[in-house]
Amino acid sequence: MKNNTVISILMLMGLFIAIHSAVGQDTLKDNKFKNAVENHKCFKCHGQKYYSYYNEWTEKKVIKRMNPFYVIDSVKFYTQNHCSFKCIDCHDADYETFPHDGMLQMEGMSTCLDCHEDDEKTAKYHMEGIYKEYKASVHFKKYGTVFSCWMCHDPHKYKVTARENEDISNVIIYDNEMCLSCHSNGTNNTILSDSASKNMVAAHDWLPNQKLHFQNVRCLDCHVKIQNDSMVNHDILPKKDAVKRCVDCHSKNTILSATLYKFQSKESRSKLGFLNATILNNSYVVGANRNHILNKASLIIFGLVIILLIIHGILRIIIK
Amino acid sequence: MKEKIYLYPIWVRIWHWLNALLFLLLVLTGLSMQYAAKDSLLFPFNVSVTVHNTCGIILVFNFLFFAFANRFTWNGKYYNIRWKRYGKELWRQIRFYSYGIFKKEPHPFPVTKKRKFNPLQQLSYVIAMYILIPLIIISGIGLLFPEITLNVLFGKSGIWLTDLFHQFLGFSLTIFWLIHLYFCTIGKTATSNFKSMIDGWH
Repeated sequence: MKNNTVISILMLMGLFIAIHSAVGQDTLKDNKFKNAVENHKCFKCHGQKYYSYYNEWTEKKVIKRMNPFYVIDSVKFYTQNHCSFKCIDCHDADYETFPHDGMLQMEGMSTCLDCHEDDEKTAKYHMEGIYKEYKASVHFKKYGTVFSCWMCHDPHKYKVTARENEDISNVIIYDNEMCLSCHSNGTNNTILSDSASKNMVAAHDWLPNQKLHFQNVRCLDCHVKIQNDSMVNHDILPKKDAVKRCVDCHSKNTILSATLYKFQSKESRSKLGFLNATILNNSYVVGANRNHILNKASLIIFGLVIILLIIHGILRIIIK
Repeated sequence: MKEKIYLYPIWVRIWHWLNALLFLLLVLTGLSMQYAAKDSLLFPFNVSVTVHNTCGIILVFNFLFFAFANRFTWNGKYYNIRWKRYGKELWRQIRFYSYGIFKKEPHPFPVTKKRKFNPLQQLSYVIAMYILIPLIIISGIGLLFPEITLNVLFGKSGIWLTDLFHQFLGFSLTIFWLIHLYFCTIGKTATSNFKSMIDGWH
């Protein structure tokens, strides 16, 4: 037992160092780890693939494999939005006793709105609007409440990215990872579906420059219904309704300004009053990025050349 | 009437008309992509992409054929600018088109078997075929295979800069094409130069 305590303290120290380097000084100052010591009681087992305990009946140390769905990455936990929480803020306090009481399985799981409905702090996220969109989404229609918010937004690791990331490519990677964790993962896909996931590359083989599209837009940008309630639309469409017309993105009124660049374009409009600047600094969308000055200049040059040629031609005819 | 000269061998004519067709398609599909809109009168975006890519690739081979053929045949010599006295000759040609032509002065550099192009033609064709076309091909390859293009250059998207350059070249070549078409009407008759490029006789 003494050994276990020493190991636990060392692990806790290791965890602090890892988190410290992962999140930097600022977050530490915010005291987001105020419950780390208490939470460590849970992470001791739930923070790893295997857990051990001393069986007093058999008088032996037992090592068992943790149910993979109950393994929580502690580093990710302390860098996500709810990192200052105690585990027992959401889970029953009786979980502190081991072995856990079987009746605890009956505990109800909170939903996002249980805490965030009419919550002033999260008003800017329009949680109620998101909930409406979620209820209209293909996931909810197909699987009902089984497909909860947690399916995509695991509360143990979810963090807001679109609003806090300067680099849009991080937002794209983060958001796509959420979709692909099931849609390109055979095991995860079968949690709800009878079939294994389709090959996403083959399913999108109609897309020219597929790699470039995958790196620069999110699955969501084509697979959601555009709504204005929330910053990130949650009404995931059935496959047949996804965007497939190139000009929906590749045109002056690109839908990307209502999806991927919605937040940034709003910011940019207020700062610069010019949407183009935002998209141009991040990537390039043929047809959507237009430079008004070059457009005008080229039209003027084109017009002047034609006028000169016409004058020359008319003079030739007259003098003939 | 002056005797006709056989100036355009069959390979030049085939290369020329293929080049012209590709040029037309590339300009139209290029404009369709740049000014894509839901109610566009031009080609649909996906058609434009396919046609533009295909024509671009054919243009590469057509250009390589042109460059090799010019290297190994007499035709290439027409493109050699002789810099000695070139400035004066160029000026004579510019003066002719802007003044002399209206005074019914004789053409300062009539077409002969040894001199197919006047100095102005020579300069514009060398710029178009040996500078602008290779550059538009290189930038086009950069766009066709975006993974070989720099992601970021001077804090801007490398693809955007490459495409801006590609568009600038496309625009310059379109201006060249307009002027070329107009100047082709300055022959014995308005259509004689077009006929020459069909039957080969000037």
